[in-house]
Formats: sequence, C-alpha cells, structure tokens
Amino acid sequence: MIIGVLKEIGRAEARVAATPSSVEKLIKLGYEVVVESGCGVRANFPDALYQKAGARIATNSELLQAQSDITIKVEPPTLEEVNGIQESSVLISFIWPTKNDEQVSLLRRRNITTLAMDCVPRISRAQKLDALSSMANIAGYRAIVEAANEFGSFFTGQITAAGKVPPAKVLVIGAGVAGLSAIGTAKSLGAIVRAFDTRLAVKDQVKSMGAEFLELEFEESGEGEGGYAKTMSDEFIAAEMALFADQAKDVDIIVTTALIPGKPAPKLITREMVESMKPGSVIVDLAAEQGGNCELTRADEKVIAYDVSIIGYTDLPSRLPTQASNLYANNIVNLLTDMTLEKDGQLLVDVDDVVVRGALVTHEGEITYPPPKIENPSPPPPEPPTKESAIAAETAHQASTNTMHLIWSTIALIASGMMLWLISVYADSEFIGHLTVFVLACFVGWQLVWSVTPALHTPLMSVTNAISGIIVIGGMIQIASSFSFSSLLAAFAVLVATINVVGGFLVTHRMLGMFRKQD
Amino acid sequence: MIETALVLWLVAAVCFVLSLGGLSRHETSANGNLLGIVGMTLAVIAAFLGVKGGLPLLIMALVVGGIVGAFLATRVEMTSMPQLVAILHSFVGLAAVLVGLSVFWDGSGHVHQEAEPVSEVVESEDNGLMADPLIDEEDNTEEKISAWQPHDIIHKIEIFLGIFVGGLTFTGSVIAWGKLDGRVSSKPLMIPGRHLINLAMLLVAALLGWVYFSSVAFGGSAWPLLVMLLISLVFGAHLVMAIGGADMPVVVSMLNSYSGWAAAATGFMLSNDLLIITGALVGSSGAILSYIMCHAMNRSFISVILGGFGTDGGVAGPAKTGDRKPHTTTTANEVASLLKEAKEVIVIPGYGMAVAQAQHPIREITEILKENGTRTRFAIHPVAGRLPGHMNVLLAEARLPYDLVLEMDEINEDFPDTDIVLVIGANDIVNPGAEDDPTSPIYGMPVLEAWKSRKVVVFKRSMGTGYSGVDNPLFYYENTDMLLGDAKKSSDEILRCL
Repeated sequence: MIIGVLKEIGRAEARVAATPSSVEKLIKLGYEVVVESGCGVRANFPDALYQKAGARIATNSELLQAQSDITIKVEPPTLEEVNGIQESSVLISFIWPTKNDEQVSLLRRRNITTLAMDCVPRISRAQKLDALSSMANIAGYRAIVEAANEFGSFFTGQITAAGKVPPAKVLVIGAGVAGLSAIGTAKSLGAIVRAFDTRLAVKDQVKSMGAEFLELEFEESGEGEGGYAKTMSDEFIAAEMALFADQAKDVDIIVTTALIPGKPAPKLITREMVESMKPGSVIVDLAAEQGGNCELTRADEKVIAYDVSIIGYTDLPSRLPTQASNLYANNIVNLLTDMTLEKDGQLLVDVDDVVVRGALVTHEGEITYPPPKIENPSPPPPEPPTKESAIAAETAHQASTNTMHLIWSTIALIASGMMLWLISVYADSEFIGHLTVFVLACFVGWQLVWSVTPALHTPLMSVTNAISGIIVIGGMIQIASSFSFSSLLAAFAVLVATINVVGGFLVTHRMLGMFRKQD
Repeated sequence: MIETALVLWLVAAVCFVLSLGGLSRHETSANGNLLGIVGMTLAVIAAFLGVKGGLPLLIMALVVGGIVGAFLATRVEMTSMPQLVAILHSFVGLAAVLVGLSVFWDGSGHVHQEAEPVSEVVESEDNGLMADPLIDEEDNTEEKISAWQPHDIIHKIEIFLGIFVGGLTFTGSVIAWGKLDGRVSSKPLMIPGRHLINLAMLLVAALLGWVYFSSVAFGGSAWPLLVMLLISLVFGAHLVMAIGGADMPVVVSMLNSYSGWAAAATGFMLSNDLLIITGALVGSSGAILSYIMCHAMNRSFISVILGGFGTDGGVAGPAKTGDRKPHTTTTANEVASLLKEAKEVIVIPGYGMAVAQAQHPIREITEILKENGTRTRFAIHPVAGRLPGHMNVLLAEARLPYDLVLEMDEINEDFPDTDIVLVIGANDIVNPGAEDDPTSPIYGMPVLEAWKSRKVVVFKRSMGTGYSGVDNPLFYYENTDMLLGDAKKSSDEILRCL
C-alpha cells in the first residue's frame, strides 16, 4: 500500500506527519511512502532527507492524494482536502470529530476509513500512539518558553555583585501531561514552582518533579474518566478560586492547563485576579482553544491587560515543529505497526481492537464516532511520566542511596584496613601467599558467575556443588598420613565428598541434556 | 612427584574456572560441565600420587561415595532438585568438619610424636604435599610446645574456622533439605529472643576459639573444638529453622556459598591452593546467586538471614479478600477459545505448575498454538521455583525449547502487546501491589507486569493467598479471569478443547 504524506496547508501549521526516520520505519513495515514536496521544510526536514530515507517525492498534491491508499497528516483536513482524498482509502490525522462534523460526514460519504489521532483511547497499551500526550508535553514546555520570553526577569534566583535576584514564582494549574511538562521546564530554569490539580492522585507526580503541590482543606477528588478531571462541586470551586486569588498576588507566572472533556474550559483566573497580579507578570493559557481558563484570554493572541501579558496561542506544538513532528510521526508509526501485523504493507482495520475502535471515526460508509464505551481493561493509567519526572525521581533516589553507600564503604574500608594490618603483623609469608590466591580467586569467581545466564543458575549450583567436592583431596591427603582415627575421619570425608562430586556432575549432565533449542 | 601433583592441581584449577565460564551460555554449557569433570579427575589423580597408605580404605570410600552419588543423581526428580542441591551442600559441610577434625588429631599427634624421630618419614611425606613449613619448623624446634609462633595460631584459626563454617553448613543444609522436602515445617520457627540466642552462641564459640588458640597451656586438648563444633551445628540448624519457605531459594544459594567458604577454609588448613581457589569460586558463585535472589524479592540479605518472613498473618495484608470486588471465573473451554484467537501468548509459570506437573500439557498446548501461528513465550521471574533457575530446568525437562523461555527483564516490556497471559501456579511474582501499593508488604519487589496485557488467566487451586500471605489485587482486575482447580487437570482440559 502507498502512504501519502500531505503538506499541511494551514498557514500556522509547521508540523508534518512523517519524518525521514519514521519513513524508514514505515518502509520496513512494507509500505511505499510518497511525500509531498516541501512538506517538511518548516520542521527542518528537506526533501532530500526523505528521499535518502527511501520515500518518493511528489510535486503534485492532487495526484499524490489520488494515489495514496493511506493519507497521513497532522491537522484535520479541510473540505477540499477531503474531496481530494481517494475514495475508500484510509486517512490518519487529528480530526476533532465533535468540532468538524462537516468533514466527518464528507469522509463518510466518500467511504473513507478515518483514524483520528485525537480519539485514541487513553489506556496504557495505547500510550505509545497517544498523540495528544505527545503534543501536550510539547505545549507544556513551550508554554514556559513563551512565558520566559515575555517575562522581564530571570527565572532562577542569583546573587550577583550588583545585587540579589529573587527566583521567579510559577503557578501551574492542572498537572496533566502538559502541566507536568511545564512544571519540569520551569523547575529546570530555576523557578519556584507550585502546582494545583483537583485530582489528588497526581500529588506524588508533582512532588517528584520538585514542585510544591497546593492543597485545599477540602475532601473531594476530581478523578474523572480516562485520567481526566471532572467538574467539581460549587463549594470546592469557591475554595479553589480563593486559593488562586491568593496565589495571583504572589506569583509571577501562571500556566493554566485545566480542561474537562467535552466542555468549555473552566474559568479559573478572573479579571480581578489578573488585576491583582504584579505588573510584568505573564499568564499562559493552554486552554485557549476551548475558551481559556482566564477570563481575558483571546485564542491565538497575546493580550496585555493591567500590565499582565496573557498568552492564548493555540499552536504551541507547531512552534516546536521539529520535535512535534518527530513525536507525532512516531505515534503514527506505532499505530501503523499495530495495524500491520504481518509487516507486509497491508493495513488491517481490526474493529475488535479497542485502540483501533476508539480512533475509528468513519469506516465502511458509517460514522463510528463516538466509539462504544470500552471496558477498561486496566486501572486508570497514570499519566505517562515525562522524562523530567523520571530524572527527578532518579536523582532523589540516588542521593539517598549514595549517602548510605558512602557510610558502608567507609566502614568496609576501615574494617579491611584493620584486618590487613592484623594479618601483616601476625601472619607469615606463606599464609599471605594463600590469601593472595584466595582473594584473586574470589574476584575471578565474581566475574565469571555474573556472566552466567540466569536460565542456567540451577546447573551452575549443581556444578559448583560438584566442584566444591574438591574437598575430597583434603580427605585423601589426610588418609595418607597413617591408619588412625584421623585417617578414618578422613576416609569418611572422602566418601561424602565423592557423593558430591559424582552426584553433582551427573545431575548437571542430566539437566544440561534437557535444554534444547527451538527447531 | 610432588611437583607433578602441584602442576596437575594448577591445571585442575584452570579447568574449574573454564567450567564456570562455559555455563555462561547454553551452547557451551555441556562443555563447561565436561571441563569440570576433567578438572576433578586430574585433581584426584594428583592426590593419588601423594597417597602412601590406607589405599584400600581410600578406594573403598571413593567407590562407595561414587555409587551413592550416581544413584542420587540418576534417580532424582527435577522437581526435587532443590532438595538434592541442599543435601549435597550438607555433604561438603560434613566433609569440611571431618577433614578439620582429622587435621586436628593428626596435628596434635605431631606434637606428641615429634619427640620420636621414627615418625619423621610420615611427616616428610605430608610436608611435600601440604607444603607446610609449619611442620618443618616444628621438626627443628627443640622446645616445641613453648615455641609456638603466631603462624601456629593462624593454623589453629584455620582449623577452627573450617570446622565452624563446615558445621553450620552441614546442619543448615540438612534443615533446608528437610524444609524443601516437606519433612520439616516450612513455617519459620520463632523462638522468643532467637537473635539473642544466636548472638550468645556466636560469642561462646568465639570464647571457645580463644581458649583453643591458647590451648598450648592445656596441652592442645580437643574439648573446646568439639564444643564449638556442637554449637556450630546447633547454630546452623537454628538459623535455617527461622527462615520461611518463601525464602528457601536464598537460603539454598547462601548455603552454596558457605559450602564454598568451608572448602576454602579447608584449603587454608591444608595449605592447598587448589582447595582455596575452588572454594573461593564456589563461595562467590553462591554469594552472587543469593544477591540476585534477594534483589528479586526486594529484601536485604540481612533481613532474609534473620528470618521470620512468610508467616501466616505475620505480615498483615492491606485488604482482606472480603473487601474486594468479586473475581471472574472462567472455564477451560473458554480459555481454549481465547487461545485460538490470540496472536501473542505469555505463560508465567510458578512453583505451583511444577507441583501439579502441568508443564507437559502446557508444552503440548504451546505446540498446538505454534501451528496456529500464535507465538507463545514463557516469562520466568528470578524467584520462581525453589532454586535459582529452577523453572528453566523444569521447562527444559518438559522438552520446551530454551529460546522461548525468557527472563523477567527481557520480556516485561512486551506485556502491553500480549493478548493472553496464562499465570500458572504463580502469585506474588505477578502482584501489581508490588508496584502501586506502598502498604503492600512486597511493595518494591520487581514483578512481571501481567496485568498490562489484554487478558490474564490465572490457574489457581483456590482463592487463597500466596506463599508470602499477601493478597493479590490482580485476581480482581476486570481483565483477569480465574481458572480454579488443579493446574494439570485444567491444562489437560484446555488441551482437549484445542
């Protein structure tokens, strides 16, 4: 089958649905890949790189669409684009079916099988193709970069010869993928970061990123379906608003990421709160597309009100086009890998697969959205921890083990020093010779045994068992002395040690004979 | 002659090193074992070169020991491997004790005999093989008793330690064997104040050691040594009695290590480098295996040795079965039809599979699935079974190709892409509580993430708790079905349905 990669026609859109490295992977799956000339230019992927990766370059967009069995792109297609797509073929892109019903019904009429990357169910198995998470991660990062760009001071605190610089204070509302990513980015710039989320479950994740988790004196968890938040009670919202009003006076930067699926974004930052903020403060509203968390947000614009910059850009992922394209392209490759089991370039649409079923918007002339409720096969998946959180947790863990390690190695060092001193005082050179052999043999054994495959640990035990029967020669030496009580003891030692030697080797032989390779 | 023996022993030592090296891969493992046999044969031949008496006795001992060993090795069931390994450890311990005592009486004999030059012939033979300057010096010493030098004390320490380690390895292994074989209750024996008792025994043993080291004044009498031996025997038994059945893999590998140290101590005693090298190899091997086992259970070595884990109710599970959601049960027929549909199957076997002898029908199921185009693999947790690598041997015995059998680290990432996971007679090693429930007693233990697959089928006798007495939330997951009943019968049934 031929996969066609379309150039995005939206003026603001710099992302592309395939990168040279994803093209290589698609070709390995057995597909033929054709990319529209110039599709990756704005994401820094020139045509030549695609060509090198094995893709053909098409200069005529219409021809490309007519040829492709599978069309992949980023943004939802326009009506003209849908009309250009070959009938009965497959389209993979963001669709946002609730907002774009015209396109969806046109896709249905043209009998196109549509897989919406924004409808992939949020279950653990589908994490690797969850494009929303990939994009949210980028948006969270970029939100801080945009804020830093507007903000007139350092993020990090410094003490300079010219005077002390206080660190910036950042409040992140909503600790989803985007929120956590923003927390990590702000933290690594040196800011003091606070975070709020109605879902108490994310508290640990927030803390592991080094941010302070703000809590209300209130018992209610906002854990909704599929890892999203739900609408809270009025009392809760009142308490929440009081907290934000309080924080607004103190912090320099607010990043809001609060979204409730299928509803307009909750208004969390009021005009009064904006007014109470310090001049020069910045608000980045990641919910701008759904109406914004701040009353003054205007989508796709930067508003300055009461000396506070309010950023409502909705194209944050596209402002990091290389990174965004890379992740999005990988999500698509992962989806296609799951749907191309034989790696023969033939796409199989398995409607029983919950992931495919979830993403399927139109199929065989029918609108298949929304999908039937899936039985959640696993507990609500935790938000995929971002790289920063993993690193943060790692460092914290390492710090504590390092201290313990240091204490123990000091003790061990002192103890072995004492031992060696005692030996040097009391032992003769012959003993030290044996000790040398002993210590070296321990090291040899240590190295050897680590290389043993765990599957052979039982044979390893029986072989070591057998060779520890080497004690038999100890017994033999003792017998040699003379026929006496000591000889009898030694003979008995030889007897039991021989059991060991013969038994150990034979049983190992038996075991090893059983292991066989697949024919 | 002596030089020949020494050179042969050098070759034998090299053979042993290469033998362990050979076990690193399946392809070279058989050669590894062969090299071990060659090394041992050379070592024994070399020892014969030095033998000058008691030949009938020696040959008799070798023949009887050989026959008994061969008998044990050919008759043992693979499920009973842990018992065999444990009992073989006890033999090494016993041999170390015997050689130690023999050296002691031999040595004290020297002290008495040295006044008579007649015995010198015997001694010089010893000197050669044992290369022990100690005796040379003794020969030249007029005032032999009063002139004992520090290195005599070292020699005494060697004897003392050899017997001590040997003694505790001996009884410890016998108890471990009893526990594994079901002859001794696998529940930990919790004597009140047992740590104090252990400490007291160690202190008394040390005291006896001091008496023995300065025993010249007492004329080198045997009693401190014998009392110490007694203590070490009780100590070893008590140590293992206090350890629960779930920790037996650690105990067995620990005893493996001890048996090595016992052999090494004997080597020091006899000034024999081959024994020292071999003992050190075995000792470090056992130590590594114990470490791997402890790591896989997320327990510290000390806490395992101190014992007491695995009691019923000793560790309170966070939730009792009653508070839980109901579990879903399934039938063999349903499992069979699921398997027919599946593309990727992973089997997680536990010791329960071996007990039920279900590995053979499971292997046949695997073969049918393979013809269906379904890939079936096996995931082995490091502590599955009662011995490191035990599951691998059991599966190999069922003629399952070893390249289908993967370690935890190799396969854990593949669960999300797996259609069906069959958990057979395993429990704690698939407990999700170890990852997400900080109140679970096994929290932090690395586990096989079976729940991430599309469907989990658990073969289990009843809804009871696992070896560690911890409830397993996996059983109540929505994607988990329970197939209750004997694992062998269930798998036979599935096989029929396929």
